[in-house]
Amino acid sequence: MRYHRPGLDVLAHTLLIIGALIFMLPVILAVLASTQTPGALFSGTLPLSFGTSGLDHYLTLLSEPVRGIGVPAWRLMLNSLLMALGIAIGKLVFAILAAYALVFFRFPFRRCCFWLIFVTLMLPIEVRIVPTYGVVADLGLIDSYPGLILPLIASATATFLFRQFFLTLPPELMEAARVDGAGPWRFFIDILLPLSKTNIAALFVIMFIYGWNQYLWPLVAMSSADNATLVMSLKRLTLSTDGTPPWHLATAMTVLALLPPVVVIIIMQRWFIKGLVDTEK
Amino acid sequence: MAPQLIIVLVFFFWPAITALRQSLYVQDAFGLGETFAGLANFTRVLASRSYHEALVNTAIFSVSVALGAMAIALLLATMADRVLRASRAYRTLLIWPYAVAPAAAGVLWMFMLDPTLGVLTRAMTVLGIDWDFRLNGGQAMALVIVAAIWQQMSYNFVFFLAGLQGIPASLLEAAAIDGAGPWRRFWTITFPLLSPTTFFLLVMNTIYAFFETFGTIDTTTSGGPGGATRTLVYKLYQDGIVGLDLGGSAAQSVLLMLMVGLLTLVQFRYVERRVQYH
Repeated sequence: MRYHRPGLDVLAHTLLIIGALIFMLPVILAVLASTQTPGALFSGTLPLSFGTSGLDHYLTLLSEPVRGIGVPAWRLMLNSLLMALGIAIGKLVFAILAAYALVFFRFPFRRCCFWLIFVTLMLPIEVRIVPTYGVVADLGLIDSYPGLILPLIASATATFLFRQFFLTLPPELMEAARVDGAGPWRFFIDILLPLSKTNIAALFVIMFIYGWNQYLWPLVAMSSADNATLVMSLKRLTLSTDGTPPWHLATAMTVLALLPPVVVIIIMQRWFIKGLVDTEK
Repeated sequence: MAPQLIIVLVFFFWPAITALRQSLYVQDAFGLGETFAGLANFTRVLASRSYHEALVNTAIFSVSVALGAMAIALLLATMADRVLRASRAYRTLLIWPYAVAPAAAGVLWMFMLDPTLGVLTRAMTVLGIDWDFRLNGGQAMALVIVAAIWQQMSYNFVFFLAGLQGIPASLLEAAAIDGAGPWRRFWTITFPLLSPTTFFLLVMNTIYAFFETFGTIDTTTSGGPGGATRTLVYKLYQDGIVGLDLGGSAAQSVLLMLMVGLLTLVQFRYVERRVQYH
């Protein structure tokens, strides 16, 4: 058949495999380098196989205070996890409640509220970083988890998505629930939440990744070593005054930083793609 | 409703309004008093050479990242769309860089391009290129561009693949019967029908390059050498957080807000038109 050319299929597979390999290459090299002894690594030619150090560098990073950071990497990972979960759960809870109110209740200034929330879609925290620092400092929340998490929750992506979803539900649903004697709270818990399960899962993946990977705001807001996150600490290992960074540690640290979100995205791929593509609409 | 409104008001509008106000005032050297300055902060920022350089850097960086990440994603998505059944497997193999932090992506590429032991550095030495991104501004820019493209490609890939799978096969079959080859079918049918996706991604890639790549730049080049990779957001950070120039950084914040606002407005205009069109 003219429409399908086997030659092109071969070309497509070849290109895709090459593409996938190129995209994996940086991570493969980092994993290989993280298992080398410093001597083998700095001998001039990077060995393209697993080294003799095994997981030693990882264990060192995780158990002993990292040079230049002051706390072991497990602490950094725990802080990152707290931040990511705080952002993901916080965003979901606030967003779903706000969308519920916006769609199912009539109250004064409803349109105005919608626009107030909607405007936040446009401006990432990086733009308002200096005044945000001022506000958080005025509230006495610098170097604390509420101070870290709350400004990152102040955005409307999730609210918007839930609003779109709630609008597709037939209004009869709420009327039927009311006839059956369910109050607004009951309707929310027993009907709306179960219907939103896939949306919640999708947004959770996106927000978890977004939270874990935050860089600038934690750097500004978390001043003590005990509160540092993993991603914001990467620079401490790549910055070196005498030229070459301690790559055996820097690569191991980077692998630790990218492993949790990559595992999440691969396991929850289906929801992630649904969530990502839905936010466009 | 109320909780989110409070958070948005306190952590979004309060800072935004503070920025607007601060941009109109000049602080004295000790941060004790401030005087109304009108648009003096804006004229000072807009007239400074380092702001122009940051503007040019941001333009070069954003255009390269957006075009590079979108071109590669479109090519790979078109290929993945062809191979139907296997496309899901390829999708898994290609989307995970999305989950890698921009800062971590920077470190990965910095390692591959390390002046003394980088794998790619060795390849370039063979080709006769003298690579050291710590000294050469253009090479530093190339490093952050490559890292950003690598990270952003997967996002574009997901959207292009979804867009391609939404194009009715009957259109392409009809064109094939009329004798249009794959190349022609792509440029006359697939590409125009993808234009909403392409436009959306153009805006998203620009926003990504403007803001989210701060970590990529900070972990690798710290804006250097000599300000060669200092983008607008990086300058905002240096002037505001490191240099404590409140008026100047607030003016930069407001200028950035205007740029993003304009971009978003254009996007919504376009989306509206698309809705009417259907």
